[in-house]
Amino acid sequence: MKKRVLLVEDEPNIIEAITFLLSREGWHVDTQTDGATAVKRVRELQPDLLMLDHMLPGKSGLDILIELRSDDQFRALPILMLTARGQMRDRAEAEAAGVSRFMTKPFSNTEVLAAVRDLTRN
Amino acid sequence: MREGLTGSRIRERRAMAGLKQAELASRIGISASYLNLIEHNRRRIGGKLLLNIASALGVDASALTEGAEAALIAKLREAASAAKLPKVDVNTADEFAGRFPGWAEVLAAGYRKVGALERTIETLSDRLAHDPKLAASVHELLSTAAAIRSTASILADDKKITTEWRDRFHGNLDQDSRRLAQSSKALVNYLDDQFGDQEGYAIGSPQEEVDAFFAEHDYTFEEIESGTIAAEELVGQSEGLVSGSARHIAREILQQLALDAGEVSLQKLHDQIQSVGMDPIRLARYFAVSVSTILRRLGSLKSLNAGLVVCDRTGSLLFRKPTKGFTIARFDAPCALLPLFDGLSSVGQISRNKIAVAGRSEMEFEVFAVAEPVSVLSYNNAPLVQATMLVLPLKSNELSDLSKPIEIGATCRVCPREHCPARREPSILSSGF
Repeated sequence: MKKRVLLVEDEPNIIEAITFLLSREGWHVDTQTDGATAVKRVRELQPDLLMLDHMLPGKSGLDILIELRSDDQFRALPILMLTARGQMRDRAEAEAAGVSRFMTKPFSNTEVLAAVRDLTRN
Repeated sequence: MREGLTGSRIRERRAMAGLKQAELASRIGISASYLNLIEHNRRRIGGKLLLNIASALGVDASALTEGAEAALIAKLREAASAAKLPKVDVNTADEFAGRFPGWAEVLAAGYRKVGALERTIETLSDRLAHDPKLAASVHELLSTAAAIRSTASILADDKKITTEWRDRFHGNLDQDSRRLAQSSKALVNYLDDQFGDQEGYAIGSPQEEVDAFFAEHDYTFEEIESGTIAAEELVGQSEGLVSGSARHIAREILQQLALDAGEVSLQKLHDQIQSVGMDPIRLARYFAVSVSTILRRLGSLKSLNAGLVVCDRTGSLLFRKPTKGFTIARFDAPCALLPLFDGLSSVGQISRNKIAVAGRSEMEFEVFAVAEPVSVLSYNNAPLVQATMLVLPLKSNELSDLSKPIEIGATCRVCPREHCPARREPSILSSGF
């Protein structure tokens, strides 16, 4: 059975590129463009990996991360945050909230794939 | 075998001229099938035939030949290297350009736009922490750049991509590059509104007022050099130096300039360089002045196109004159690896180094730096010290005696050197950008 990733990102062409990349790697990719219902979607889909943009309409990626980590069920869920906000404070906040990996835009495909493989190795 | 893109260009020009292949072939006296081979880059073309085709199409022959093609292939190779593709793939850039010339142009244009974006980021990153609206605009630009980069990499990497996906990605690239152009323009308009002419130089900090004042004068003050106007008067005349702090800083710099000019005229300095070469120590000895003075004077010599940076004992920058490929960030602390700072711990020692500045062009410079006391010496008091660094642009093969350059960046936030030992904070540029 294919592993499942939920990509929460509001940039349609990034969604398309990442969907292509991960599908080619054998992933089943679900997408979500707003932050408001992202947590609900995670509960429904139970993905093996969550890729999360930092700045989202409705609810920020950081708030989604905090909410998920406060739930025992998602404490170990690998969460890769993709963000154009690369400042030290943003990174520190995400790390404190339990992000598994923090990656700044514009990222390279190689970097993304390596992070995905690394985070889901087991 | 493909012999370049000249054929593709001929085909494009013929289509633009509304000519059928047979028509053009007839006009230049060759068979349509031979022209077909040429247009598909399967026959090398040059000489009289090329001139005839150019004439029949009403264009200059150079518009059809390899110059533009070489530039395109070089740009594709650059893009491939930046994406860290294996060398074997980098070497297929010409094949890619030959098979898909139109798409290759799209890819190269996208890559150029990403490059332009990087330069924009470098200029604006200083302001990110201070201006939420600007931060949001740059976020938009970075997201678009991320989409372009990721999509372009897929197109460059994936040889087996289906036509459907390829067309979709090319559509996305086209869409994103338009969006990038629009959002860049919107950003420029925003900046114009914020910091445009109607506000003079009212840009924000006193240092920015000073920088703008010196930039407007192109760092050249002939009236100060000749002594026909006093620093105080020139500052008083300026409408751009609004704040008291900016006026103070500018006055101090101009007064120093007047003193330096009194000791070493630019004409005599120029003449002496012809005689002894670019040797600050010998020049200082000849003019009987400090090496700092000579570095500052060399920084004013227009023909050298040099950059100049001065800092005090705390490392705070007192003066910065950029030169092409070398700038110092306004808000963020500069690169800790700058030879400028070396002298602060060994006052009086004159250093000469080669530096390579991280960025798209990775330009190299020869730099001289020294720190010297600027206060009156007294017992048991450490003197106040200023460090001065002169930055001279290098041509590619110059300074072979200093073969390994010191690799520096503008400031950590926009520096792509990931594993730099002097890194203070993460870069907003991801690796390989």
